[in-house]
Amino acid sequence: MPNISDAPSFANAACPMPLPHGAQVVMGHGSGGRMTRDLIQQVFEPLFSNPPLDAGNDFAALPSLPGELILTTDSHVVSPLFFPGGDIGRLAVCGTVNDIAVSGARPDYLTAGFILEEGLPVETLIRVAESMKAACEEAGVLIVAGDTKVVEKGRCDGMYINTTGVGWKSASLSINGANAKPGDVILVTGTMADHGMAVISARGELAIESEIQSDVAPLNNLITELLKAVPEVHVLRDPTRGGLATTLNEIASQSNCEILLNEKAIPVAKPVRTCCEMLGFDPLYVANEGKLVIILPEEQSSAALAALHSHKYGRNSAVIGHITNFRKPRVLLKTLIGGTRILDMLSGEMLPRIC
Amino acid sequence: MSFPLEDFRDARLVHAALEELNKVTTQPWVIMEICGGQTHAIMQYGLDQLLPPGLELVHGPGCPVCVTPLELVDKAIAIASRPEVIFCSFGDMLRVPGSNEDLFSVRAGGGSVRVVYSPLDAVKIAQENPEKQVVFFAIGFETTAPVNAASVLQANNLGLKNYSILVSQVCVPPAMQALLSSPDNRVQGFLAAGHVCSVMGYWEYLPLAAQYRIPIVVTGFEPLDLVRGITQCVKQLEKHTFTVENAYERAVTEKGNQSAQGMISQVYIPVDRNWRGIGMIPQSGWGLHPDFARFDAENRFDTSAIVAHESEVCIAGEILRGTKKPNQCPAFRVLCNPSKPLGAPMVSSEGACSAYYRYSSDAV
Repeated sequence: MPNISDAPSFANAACPMPLPHGAQVVMGHGSGGRMTRDLIQQVFEPLFSNPPLDAGNDFAALPSLPGELILTTDSHVVSPLFFPGGDIGRLAVCGTVNDIAVSGARPDYLTAGFILEEGLPVETLIRVAESMKAACEEAGVLIVAGDTKVVEKGRCDGMYINTTGVGWKSASLSINGANAKPGDVILVTGTMADHGMAVISARGELAIESEIQSDVAPLNNLITELLKAVPEVHVLRDPTRGGLATTLNEIASQSNCEILLNEKAIPVAKPVRTCCEMLGFDPLYVANEGKLVIILPEEQSSAALAALHSHKYGRNSAVIGHITNFRKPRVLLKTLIGGTRILDMLSGEMLPRIC
Repeated sequence: MSFPLEDFRDARLVHAALEELNKVTTQPWVIMEICGGQTHAIMQYGLDQLLPPGLELVHGPGCPVCVTPLELVDKAIAIASRPEVIFCSFGDMLRVPGSNEDLFSVRAGGGSVRVVYSPLDAVKIAQENPEKQVVFFAIGFETTAPVNAASVLQANNLGLKNYSILVSQVCVPPAMQALLSSPDNRVQGFLAAGHVCSVMGYWEYLPLAAQYRIPIVVTGFEPLDLVRGITQCVKQLEKHTFTVENAYERAVTEKGNQSAQGMISQVYIPVDRNWRGIGMIPQSGWGLHPDFARFDAENRFDTSAIVAHESEVCIAGEILRGTKKPNQCPAFRVLCNPSKPLGAPMVSSEGACSAYYRYSSDAV
């Protein structure tokens, strides 16, 4: 018989309870089980409460909308997650809101799908979700459905966010890239290349420090004001990836028209221009996330400018060129010293991930 | 941030300078701008359309990416494909087609290929990854030589055993001499490359101007710099004087940057170099000094089995010698474009073909 005093004592034994993992995202948060629910309760529910979401289903039941449905989707993989002037959350909301709004539609609902990297601080996720909430409130949209997945450390860069958006417009409203007409003028609503250069500087790889702020913003309210002042808008676009030059080339080809720009008139902030020169980027090819390209009849341009200038996202709006009478799909630029050159599509330059 | 270059782009100043150029030009002349950066500025501002009729600018070989021989691109690809290697390069080199693939496809296939803005970043990567071999693709003219040399000196001081450079370092004056001795040469005057001269000065050009009786004007990169450089060159041609002049005084002195030159001569020795599209030019570049031979990637990795095959359609050689313009190439825009380049001049941000593709409106 073994001596009883040698037997292990269970007096202080404790059941090895699983750790709550409240501080970091772990694989279990994507299991679909209790930990997923905990994460949703900890992060998303307090921020995004609305009836379709609160119903707790895998779908959102929505009331019917009073016009033609507009649907769009966009995935966001920006690195770093936070940059001067914005973050991946604000970008994910604004990108989709703007894609709907440039059709002339009113955006109403979004869904949000998150792919999270194991080890991401929950605090970071909360900051991103708070920023999404603020952007949704500014744009007047609701996030009505969502999804969360977790992948192993090293399989994703912190987090990726996909947003899908639904909006509606009157069926008679036709604003699209094929509508540019000879004689129309081209406007932009502010300085070019702010977003791309803000993100590139924030990456810190290029030893560049700057005060450049991203322009990421929801543009639906600006568009509403514009359409109130000028109902006859032919084309609206947000010049995101590929920048102004790429967007205008797409329009030239859709409308089969020649676009002539005046380099002197294109607004580019000085720090952005300087930063572009040092790194060898052309600001006309660098992304914007809070600017519009607007094409409309020349006689409407002063009414349009007045409406745009009175909105906080349109203060630096300017006429930058016009559609010529020549039916050849291309974009020309009258240079600062009076020469003329072609402004071609971007062909796979190596910019880092910026949206 | 200040923006001190604005005056050099001022439309009124540029037009006044162009008026003077018009006044002094009485007959056709052929002038070569050496540097690809100058070619791009000329096309970007549409300056070629504003020159006096008959004054022709031909584009020189001053694009480091373009003149890097195919064989060396293939070597880079072979080294970058090795599992133990982190291959670092300036961005432009990634899209330059090798005989079979480019560095982008190496990366897509799982190779570690990184874009850096400075070789000193590659040294840092070597410090942070002691289990890996870090190789930097040290291409370029006299402008990149000092910093590439500095990376070797830094790796040496740090005692790094896992850093090496694949050297394709070339020099401008021997290339100018090769162009001038070629029987099909049309060039009557040179705009020397301002950035190269800011490192090396312009003393090396004095014997060239005298021997070949050709004006050489050190020229910058802004529209006003370019018009001034061209004007000084034309004035010499009209007066039959053949000297070296400096139209880029704000950056260039006759002697250049002595400490940069000191670093170059410490780390490198002159060697024969093969120029893509031009061929072998004796003593036209630099290789690592025997004291630093252990930093030579060609010594560290066996690449002797590589045989390069040039495209048969591409006329990059004639473009780089200035005997043809990009839009005279049958493949231009049709078979060859920046997304699917046949030759390096279509890839590089300093390549003449890419400048024509991007900016030239008459070619559409």
